[in-house]
Amino acid sequence: MTIPVGTDLVFREVVRERSGEDIHKCFYCQKCTVGCPTAYMMDYTPAQLLRLIQLGQKDKVLGSSAIWMCIGCEICGTRCPNQIRLAPVMDTLRQMSLEQSYQPEPAVYALHRSFLDNIKLWGRVHELTMLMEYKIRCLLMRYSLFFQGLFSDLKLGGALMLKGKITLLPERIKRLKEIQNLYEKTGPSGNQEER
Amino acid sequence: MKYSYFPGCTAKTTSAEFGISSEAVCAALNIELLELEDWNCCGASSAHSLNHELSLSLPGRNVALAQEAGLDIVTPCPACYQNSLSADEALREDAEWRREMESLLDFRYTGKARPRHLLDVIAHDLSIDAIRAKVVKPLTGLKVACYYGCVLVRPPEKTGWDDAEYPMTMDRLMEALGAEPVDWSHKVDCCGASMALSNSDVVANLSGQIVDGAIEAGADCVVVACGMCHVNLDTRQAPSPGKPQMPILYFTELMALAFGLPEVEKLFGKHIVDPRPLLRAQKLIS
Repeated sequence: MTIPVGTDLVFREVVRERSGEDIHKCFYCQKCTVGCPTAYMMDYTPAQLLRLIQLGQKDKVLGSSAIWMCIGCEICGTRCPNQIRLAPVMDTLRQMSLEQSYQPEPAVYALHRSFLDNIKLWGRVHELTMLMEYKIRCLLMRYSLFFQGLFSDLKLGGALMLKGKITLLPERIKRLKEIQNLYEKTGPSGNQEER
Repeated sequence: MKYSYFPGCTAKTTSAEFGISSEAVCAALNIELLELEDWNCCGASSAHSLNHELSLSLPGRNVALAQEAGLDIVTPCPACYQNSLSADEALREDAEWRREMESLLDFRYTGKARPRHLLDVIAHDLSIDAIRAKVVKPLTGLKVACYYGCVLVRPPEKTGWDDAEYPMTMDRLMEALGAEPVDWSHKVDCCGASMALSNSDVVANLSGQIVDGAIEAGADCVVVACGMCHVNLDTRQAPSPGKPQMPILYFTELMALAFGLPEVEKLFGKHIVDPRPLLRAQKLIS
């Protein structure tokens, strides 16, 4: 028997261990893919990703944009006849891909990063400062991303602000130190800049 | 009835209508909400996307804050609900993690404070008759499409709703208010959630399909139980000539309206798609 180039048999065991999901049980019925709201945007469908993990194709999986297009809506896991929840698998894959320096989908990554930075700053999310960091990150990562949706976002943001739904000033929680301790404890995993 | 209350970040901002109407409805139903002191953001979808431990420890702090009171933790936000469930599960089942968190946050885990969604509490801890008894202005003739979205009902083994594919909890509640829930195909579809900023065309597509489904089913409005769903459906409907704009209402706004609570009317002005023409035509507001 020959094993194809690029096969990493440890990879699938690591994914299984970290996600807690028994990936080996997938028999490719593709119910996950049929129900997935963002499968049409993915380079590999959810079922294809599972198959690639089974085959130990680490580079294809961790380098795919599909892992960043999953919203975590849990429809796949709800419908899977083998009770494989793909949402935690996707979380594991995103975390592994960052740890191993694969390129994330820039806009999705920039948003999540800005969101987590914002919590570290105030303890709660303050939309305006979070959005400012997100736009700056987009600008730094890819010039065109900054302009993508800029006009409609500004228009919408303005409308929400006029209706009092986006506040100008952030509110900081009292014991912010506790939040910062949590960040310290859980480490820089997933944070490319700090690595 | 007393509960610990975790409003979540959006209840005071982007979904202020939800926060205000939730509190008003609970007061009317004698549900006492004791806000967790100094609660923090649960990490939404960002924490579990990038950092597993952070995704358990951020909501874990809120679960910790609720332990001493030992009351169920009620939240109107499905993401907060889902993340709190995961955090509570980790504290319950992983002894090593529990010890680490207990020493870091200086608390004692009792397991008595179960995270719950507000819809669950209203629909299951009260009898439907108790709700019906509060109705002074029945929503007769109002056709509603009850939209549950994703992580409020899924994964079913964690959330335990009546049905993960075709839930009826909110439909029964709307019936008790006198409204007419429609049968439709998009009850548990996803609105696109956090993609609203990073991939807004995905959200326009998904939210657009949900609104189209509600129009097709003959609904006058869509009823939601999530701030994120509301923002996406309310702001990302693709306008096209001849197509009606679909008002998106929180289930608590309709409850407040049916209960005759005066504070609800000023909330309708906060919507992007103004629900007031519909409610006036149905003679529910003046």
